[in-house]
Amino acid sequence: MKRSSPSRRQLLQMGAAVGGSLLAGEKALALEANPRKLGEPLGPYGERSPFEKAVRWRRDSKTPETGSSFTPIHDSVGTITPSALHYERHHSGIPAIDPSRHRLVIHGMVDRPLSLSMADIKRLPSVTRVMVLECGGNSAGEWAATTGADVQRSYGLVSGSEWTGIPLARLLAAAGVQARASWVIAEGADACRMMRSIPLAKARESSLLAYGQNGEAIRPAQGYPLRLINPGWEGNTNVKWLRSLRLTDQPYMARDETSKYSDLMPDGKARIFTYAMEAKSVITFPSGGQTLPGQGEYELTGLAWSGAGRIERVEVTTDGGKTWTAAVLQEPRLPIALTRFRLPWRFNGQEALIASRAIDETGYVQPTREELIAARGTNSIYHYNGIKVWHVRADGTVTNVEA
Amino acid sequence: MWRLSTFLLLAAATTVSAQSQAIQVGRPPTPEEIRELGSAIAPDGTGLPPGSGTVAAGQKLFAAQCARCHGPAGEGDVGARLVGGQGTLATPRPLKTVGSFWPYATTLWDYVNRAMPFDQPGLLEAPDVYAAVAYVLNLNGIIAADQVMDATSLPKVRMPNRDGFVADPRPDVRKDRPKP
Repeated sequence: MKRSSPSRRQLLQMGAAVGGSLLAGEKALALEANPRKLGEPLGPYGERSPFEKAVRWRRDSKTPETGSSFTPIHDSVGTITPSALHYERHHSGIPAIDPSRHRLVIHGMVDRPLSLSMADIKRLPSVTRVMVLECGGNSAGEWAATTGADVQRSYGLVSGSEWTGIPLARLLAAAGVQARASWVIAEGADACRMMRSIPLAKARESSLLAYGQNGEAIRPAQGYPLRLINPGWEGNTNVKWLRSLRLTDQPYMARDETSKYSDLMPDGKARIFTYAMEAKSVITFPSGGQTLPGQGEYELTGLAWSGAGRIERVEVTTDGGKTWTAAVLQEPRLPIALTRFRLPWRFNGQEALIASRAIDETGYVQPTREELIAARGTNSIYHYNGIKVWHVRADGTVTNVEA
Repeated sequence: MWRLSTFLLLAAATTVSAQSQAIQVGRPPTPEEIRELGSAIAPDGTGLPPGSGTVAAGQKLFAAQCARCHGPAGEGDVGARLVGGQGTLATPRPLKTVGSFWPYATTLWDYVNRAMPFDQPGLLEAPDVYAAVAYVLNLNGIIAADQVMDATSLPKVRMPNRDGFVADPRPDVRKDRPKP
């Protein structure tokens, strides 16, 4: 009350001075008489605004410990996926691991088998890289045009994070890999002990042992406390909850590299060890399930990425592929990382077929769905990276072309 | 010797990397740690433990531990279908099962051992795993009812789709770069 007294006087004086605006002064007075409520106090660990509702999506399942949850890429901005919204793919649930008891064992064809604590690993010189991670099965429904209604369900098994850890090569050198070793068999500490075979050349060249994600410890759903990161390779090879690296002279033909994550071709043969994720892009606004509120100017935007390096160019069509225009790419364009593209676009209330295509630094051009199917048929499930076309209708609603 | 030579090599490079390379971490794994890691099975049979299992024993075990998800005869339910599908891989509706698709019997042993039953992985002892594998192989007509699976016989089982896998030929969709 004390505080409002001077302002009340001031307002009365002001109102008298300007004559006719006395009414406005009374209104301001009424506002001033309601003291503002204090906000929430400081907190130890932040939460997003309760008004923000973006969540991962997953199918109902009788076995919720296995399956996938999809990142809401239509609600994302920038190029980093919040750790809480990173896509998930688990095979037997998320293990609860005490990092003080977790060890990584490097064994097999090595001169000096090593057992490492998390403290050991964190003592070594670290590296940090922003990278994309994409499930090998992302967009699998596109092969048979049984795609999800929106971009989250059809393209949401992709996320971008900043990962921190150590180069695997450093520990391989310390363990003394024997000359006849050519593969690394990586195994997680989840209930099913998920296992993949990784060529030794990749492990030496670019694999990381990551313990950090987006400035804090990796989330349990993403492999806490330690995850193998194979830059540019399908998500499944980025073994979570990493507990064992076994050096061998042969791949172990694990279930998840033979029965799963292999690509069945029309002739009945399946491609195996198809690790790399090729260049891909998708428009996230406007995209399936969204409605443009009216005619006028919009910024069309989306994400592009490539397992082979930087995105060099993204081209957008708004006329069903007759003409393509280079979109603006958000800098910095980092290799093997989500790259946001943007293009101003005027919606005139006429239906439009819109799509994007990515070109990476190797010159690789994202193919059309038809080109992919001509090369691989429709039974391969994994590694779909075709151009995604959205149908913007005259009323502003957006759907799949097939819908 | 190794540490000294490594150190000298790196000292010749840069001071920073020599220092980081000089950090020695970890220790040899204990026998208990190695035991706890358990088996991982290579296609040549490396890693298979002692023990054996019969088709008959596998049938009983399957009924008790596997059928509730995979169906009484491996026809699939909540769990994957395990039998049939041979001859379908090159058709519009391929049916990928252990019998029609999996290239190595050792993979079945490895996966059952590490990941099954779904809700209690690690439950089965080695003889049980051999038995379960024997039964599923027999359901698919791959081994006879009187064959016994062990570390010697299992890697010799020839799966129908043994030659069904090829190397990654990508990039397989080639096109001219669009003009800027």
